[in-house]
Amino acid sequence: MAFYVVQFLTGLASAASLFLVASGLSIIFGVTRIVNFAHGAFYMIGAYIAFTLTERLSGAFGFWGGIVLAALAVALIGVIVEMVLLRRIYHAPELFQLLATFGLTLMVEDLVVLIWGPDDLVGRRAPGFKGAIDFFGQNIPSYDLFLIVLGPVVLGILWLLFQRTRWGVLVRAATQDRDMVAALGVNQKWLFTSVFAVGVFLAALGGALQIPRDAVHHAMDLRIIVEVFVVVVIGGLGSIIGAFVAAVLVSELNAFGILIFPKISIILVFLVMAAVLIVRPWGLFGKPEAPARKTPGLTVNPWRPLTSNERLAALAALVIAATLPLFAGNYALTVGSEIAIFVIFAVSLHFLMSVGGLASFGHAAYFGLGAYGVAFLAKMAGLPMIVCLLLGPLLGCMGAAVFGFFAVQLSGVYFAMLTLAFAQIVWSIAFQWVSVTGGDNGILGVWPEKWAASPSHFYWLALGVAALVTIALRAMVFSPFGYALRATRDSLLRSEAIGINAKRIQWTAFVIAGTTAGIGGALFAYLKGSVFPDNLGISLSVDALVMVLLGGVETVSGAVIGAIVYKALNIWLVSQTDLSKLVLGGFIVLIVVVFPKGIVGMLETLAQRRRKSSPPGSPLLAKPIESAE
Amino acid sequence: MKLAVQDLNSHYGPAHILFDIGFEVGEGEVVALLGRNGAGKSTTFRSIVGLVAQRSGRIVFEGKDVSLRPTHEIVREGLGYVPEERRIFTDLTVEENLEVGRQPKRPNAPHWTREKLFALFPNLGEMKNRPGGRMSGGEQQMLTIARTLMGNPSLVLLDEPSEGLSPKIVEQMVDAILTMKKEGVSIVVSEQNLHFARLISDRAYIIERGRICFGGTMAELDARPDIRDAHLSL
Repeated sequence: MAFYVVQFLTGLASAASLFLVASGLSIIFGVTRIVNFAHGAFYMIGAYIAFTLTERLSGAFGFWGGIVLAALAVALIGVIVEMVLLRRIYHAPELFQLLATFGLTLMVEDLVVLIWGPDDLVGRRAPGFKGAIDFFGQNIPSYDLFLIVLGPVVLGILWLLFQRTRWGVLVRAATQDRDMVAALGVNQKWLFTSVFAVGVFLAALGGALQIPRDAVHHAMDLRIIVEVFVVVVIGGLGSIIGAFVAAVLVSELNAFGILIFPKISIILVFLVMAAVLIVRPWGLFGKPEAPARKTPGLTVNPWRPLTSNERLAALAALVIAATLPLFAGNYALTVGSEIAIFVIFAVSLHFLMSVGGLASFGHAAYFGLGAYGVAFLAKMAGLPMIVCLLLGPLLGCMGAAVFGFFAVQLSGVYFAMLTLAFAQIVWSIAFQWVSVTGGDNGILGVWPEKWAASPSHFYWLALGVAALVTIALRAMVFSPFGYALRATRDSLLRSEAIGINAKRIQWTAFVIAGTTAGIGGALFAYLKGSVFPDNLGISLSVDALVMVLLGGVETVSGAVIGAIVYKALNIWLVSQTDLSKLVLGGFIVLIVVVFPKGIVGMLETLAQRRRKSSPPGSPLLAKPIESAE
Repeated sequence: MKLAVQDLNSHYGPAHILFDIGFEVGEGEVVALLGRNGAGKSTTFRSIVGLVAQRSGRIVFEGKDVSLRPTHEIVREGLGYVPEERRIFTDLTVEENLEVGRQPKRPNAPHWTREKLFALFPNLGEMKNRPGGRMSGGEQQMLTIARTLMGNPSLVLLDEPSEGLSPKIVEQMVDAILTMKKEGVSIVVSEQNLHFARLISDRAYIIERGRICFGGTMAELDARPDIRDAHLSL
């Protein structure tokens, strides 16, 4: 019995940090409507700076002072980020904001390694809380007890702040209607900045308080952000009480899940989250948001199918791409195959995101599931390659069917957070379930059969599949199903009012996109000859998002160009620098701020400007599957 | 001159909504902006306080051109705005709603306190701690006006204050507007209801399809039934 009590208390102690970070995220979202992906990064910087300060400053005052100073310093960084970056994109679609803050996260991951090195850092114990308390033969660290008390104290302080101060009243008013607050003479800019500072302070404090419990390392941002997303989805985005209750719930589930499913405890959290979403899609303490008309991008050009000339141009580009093996070497062909595979991946996300208006932040899950599907079939069942390629993507399809069912119950940022959390769950399973997936070591030796083994044959295979997939999805955009999907994207209420079953249409789109991504993953497994958890990791999901945005969200086939340009750039970049995340993150931020319409979108705008007299259309020049090289 | 709007043009995306709007409000005057649904009354008000991003023209308030300033600065100059949709903060109590509107005293405008406003709108005084979401439409309308007055404006833009209210509440609204006028607040009130406008206004402008097509005193308007019938009657 005592053991369970101790386990329960450990859970409560973990909840404290989780609550701090989640409440910060909630407060920021409430006012600015930005889901701050970089929140995990601020948490991590808080831990690193607190580590340095507590090492340098001596004594009890040094320790506690260091913790608070670290949180304040990070809040200051947050203020700079808000003023320099976020102020420019408050009116951009929410997707761009998530992506910009993700770009920041990538940059921070490389920066902390540059400053503090790649090794885990073990911090000082908290003065006054070094020992443990004996509880019927079980030890409870006294620092845990401190955290258990701290959680409710912070909750109380926040409550007072929001209920009893003018600032709190203004923040709550702005959460509901920020334009009206401005129309009453309140300077929104500073209100936003101060809210962001408070939110970041809480995140950094959460990180700083973790140093006596956990080692500080450069991957702690992603781990916490996924947990925090789960917490706010369960608790309800924008609710501080919700953040507290859900943080306790998730932490306890983690603490006891370890006892029930030692390997894959995260499954339990997932089940609870799924149950909550079915009953209350807006979270336990959240409020349902009025369905707003959402546009995937900034302006919408009516889409139209390609003219016959454009079709010829696309075909010509495909033919040119197919001649690559006649003059290029093996390395170029392998790169070409990889690019073709990423075209499939990007096109599948584009279908979900631009056509369906559902921006998935975890699309790599289905790509990776396709790859694992192939690996299982080839290695365990020993099936021939062609069968594996046909059946492997079905794993992606099944994953998309299960997760998609829950995800389409939500929309907007909730959808993005949920898909991200799902992807991270799949990643955890692949990473932790070593006996089946090989864990970190992956599954090796998935090589293509003789007919596809040579680089040129494999390149043609990948190119052919990419072309087929692109054509099929394009055809679907202009099919009745595509019309229904686009209608649902543009106005959920209106499309339901004319008899479209919106959720089912969106679910179908999710499954189609997931299966298509799985096809890409299946080819990828054969290209690399192996499968790793990274094949379904967050960074791959974000690669896909960047490809779509780079090409242009509002275009019909911009993703093709986006994939080619981005992948070629990425491969080149990784060969040139160790700081690829820093450069990539900077690149993402730059795209969001400077080229929100993407490459193809920009070309379209230019082309339109040139022929001003003609009626507006979208002269998509071509969808050439050109080779990089 | 309290407020002068000159050559105001506004767009929503590609749609041109307001065309060369111009009108003036004298010190302590109540001016009605009359027009049908969709004529451009609300857009005119939203453009004046800077809530419409795409606009051009001059908005001179107390001798200063405020057209390039952000919304909160325009409002802080003493130009209050009461939106048509009321936009009460539903999660906040009556007192908290008033707190959001609170601004420092202004030398050239009457100073409003909670007590003074509760005297003006007695209903509000009886529900100080009720959340805005649990009030009737009429009470919400009073609260939006009171909330804007907390900013001690010298001029108020009142967007369709009588819309959707019962006759009894409309009477109270007329009294409240006349009290505001007596205190020295200049008012621009947009209305579809000519009878309501007649009770409170000194002068009127008629707006139709984004253009001002009449301006004059209420007596001048009454002398032109042709204009009234062409632009106002249903």
